[in-house]
Amino acid sequence: MAATTDIKQLRIATRNCGFIDPESLDDYIAVRGYEALAKALTMTPAEVVEIIKVAGLRGRGGGGFPTGVKWGIALSNAADQKYIVCNADEGDPGAFMDRAVLEGDPHSVVEAMAIGGYAIGATLGAVYIRAEYPLAIKRLRKAIDDARAMGLLGKNIFGSGFDFDIEIKYGAGAFVCGEETALIKSMEGHRGEPVSKPPFPAQSGYWAKPTIVNNVETFANIPAIIIKGADWFSSIGTATSKGTKVFALAGKIVNVGLIEVPMGTTLREVIFDIGGGCPDGKEFKAVQTGGPSGGALANKDLDVAIDYESLIARKSMMGSGGMVVMDEDDCMVSVAKFFLDFTMDETCGKCTPCRIGSKRLYEILDKITKGHGTKADLARLKSLSDSIKDTALCGLGQTMPNPILSTMDTFGHEYEAHVTQKKCPAHVCTAMLTYTINPAKCTGCTLCTKVCPVECISGTKKQPHVIDASKCIKCGACYDKCKFDSIIKM
Amino acid sequence: MSTIASLDALRARREDILARQKARNGKIVINVSLATCSIAAGGKVALEAMQDEVALNGIANVEFMQSGCMTFCYAEPTVEITLPGKAPVVFGGVDEAKARELVTEYVMKGEPVEGIIPVTYERVVL
Repeated sequence: MAATTDIKQLRIATRNCGFIDPESLDDYIAVRGYEALAKALTMTPAEVVEIIKVAGLRGRGGGGFPTGVKWGIALSNAADQKYIVCNADEGDPGAFMDRAVLEGDPHSVVEAMAIGGYAIGATLGAVYIRAEYPLAIKRLRKAIDDARAMGLLGKNIFGSGFDFDIEIKYGAGAFVCGEETALIKSMEGHRGEPVSKPPFPAQSGYWAKPTIVNNVETFANIPAIIIKGADWFSSIGTATSKGTKVFALAGKIVNVGLIEVPMGTTLREVIFDIGGGCPDGKEFKAVQTGGPSGGALANKDLDVAIDYESLIARKSMMGSGGMVVMDEDDCMVSVAKFFLDFTMDETCGKCTPCRIGSKRLYEILDKITKGHGTKADLARLKSLSDSIKDTALCGLGQTMPNPILSTMDTFGHEYEAHVTQKKCPAHVCTAMLTYTINPAKCTGCTLCTKVCPVECISGTKKQPHVIDASKCIKCGACYDKCKFDSIIKM
Repeated sequence: MSTIASLDALRARREDILARQKARNGKIVINVSLATCSIAAGGKVALEAMQDEVALNGIANVEFMQSGCMTFCYAEPTVEITLPGKAPVVFGGVDEAKARELVTEYVMKGEPVEGIIPVTYERVVL
């Protein structure tokens, strides 16, 4: 455990996680639970919308659209029925902020949904949550049931005449269903495929009624804003991005975990002061923010103050808050390939740029990592990425090339080395590796011959051994086993 | 149980709950992080070991509670212990042996045990 010196974190969305029993309504009431709802019900819906607008809260699911503006659109669209939806379809590799909030403080989301419902004029809410989160579902269900039993959901809440209830809808784990129009299609029982906007869900969404879709973390901020005020919230953060952001620190970092920092915190503070840097004294290389839709930030970006705009300016994005840290042993071409493998699997197939484009991008990357890439491939990778960004139907496709574009931008030399010298500088791409034995260091202990699965190492005992490169499958077993550092990987 | 029909009723209930929590102040509170990941890391094993150790030593004034994610993935399972009159302390890496040691050393004698996670955040309390 690395010691962290200053207090860099500020917990608003995760204020109760780890401090209250998530299955106890009383524990939530003790921390002023449902007072924000009671307070909101004494205001007009337009006043509630105004508070959220002035607070400057923006969507925490990735897009960063101003929540108050979104609510205002739904409020102004008259309809016999409106809906408010909580997007709990968390799917970025390495992201688990929403699950933590739902498992640690489900009532804050329930309360915030009721506030949102009142603000836009919706009497029904739904939580779209992936079925792979059974404990989050269990605790959320209990929270909804307990709130209903206490009259905090249902008819005439706090005697205000406002009716509101919440149902839970299960997602089957398709990444595209985190996109709000696909999410709504899935809730209606259709295939989870996005539709083009406009009309926006705030105009015509669930069952063609005005619908607001907000992310779990966005909701978790709302009771705090209502109680402490818009000015308090907007005093935290940067000029354009207010409040805090929860990040899930994962990968090659000492303090793997969930953190919440004010917007404007630098990447250096997150990775080194809070995260403790890379383990085993390895050098920090890059951090992928925004999951498969984001990009890799590197050493040159460490002093960037994190907010929605600064990340987009660096070809990445805030995303839902996953941060996957990579060290000197990671190959950036392979990292881009990993994320394209993910999006290639997760594309819904509705639009051609995403369905076929992801496959072609993956094939080019695969070719490069196998040592068959050419300079023309790099040019094609770039131009195809640009076309997909311009033409894909929804956010999934439009952001899919980001991992490639950002790594080509910052780590262009690694791509170059793969195609011109046929070398992987990080020694990851096995096709381009060769293992040899340094005779000066080899003691002939024969340990490597015993672990080699294809018996391609030979030599006399106590004499330097040799590897037959024509038989070697580059598994690295000898490299790991050798006690004398005599195996050279290059 | 009757419903909470007004802000006043909500505030009255909160006063009740706070009064009950205050009555708990003389007790030792052991709070075990039990999110999905904490459970996978052995949070329930830690909880059961501590419950067992508390029973074995006949300690009466201990209250166990569960909570969600304590945010310290690198140190799971994590347990927060509040001794009467003292600030809560979070311990990481609480396997079964550490769980028992926490009861016999920290809970019973107030002796510090390795694995304390420093508070590195400010928390908004409403």
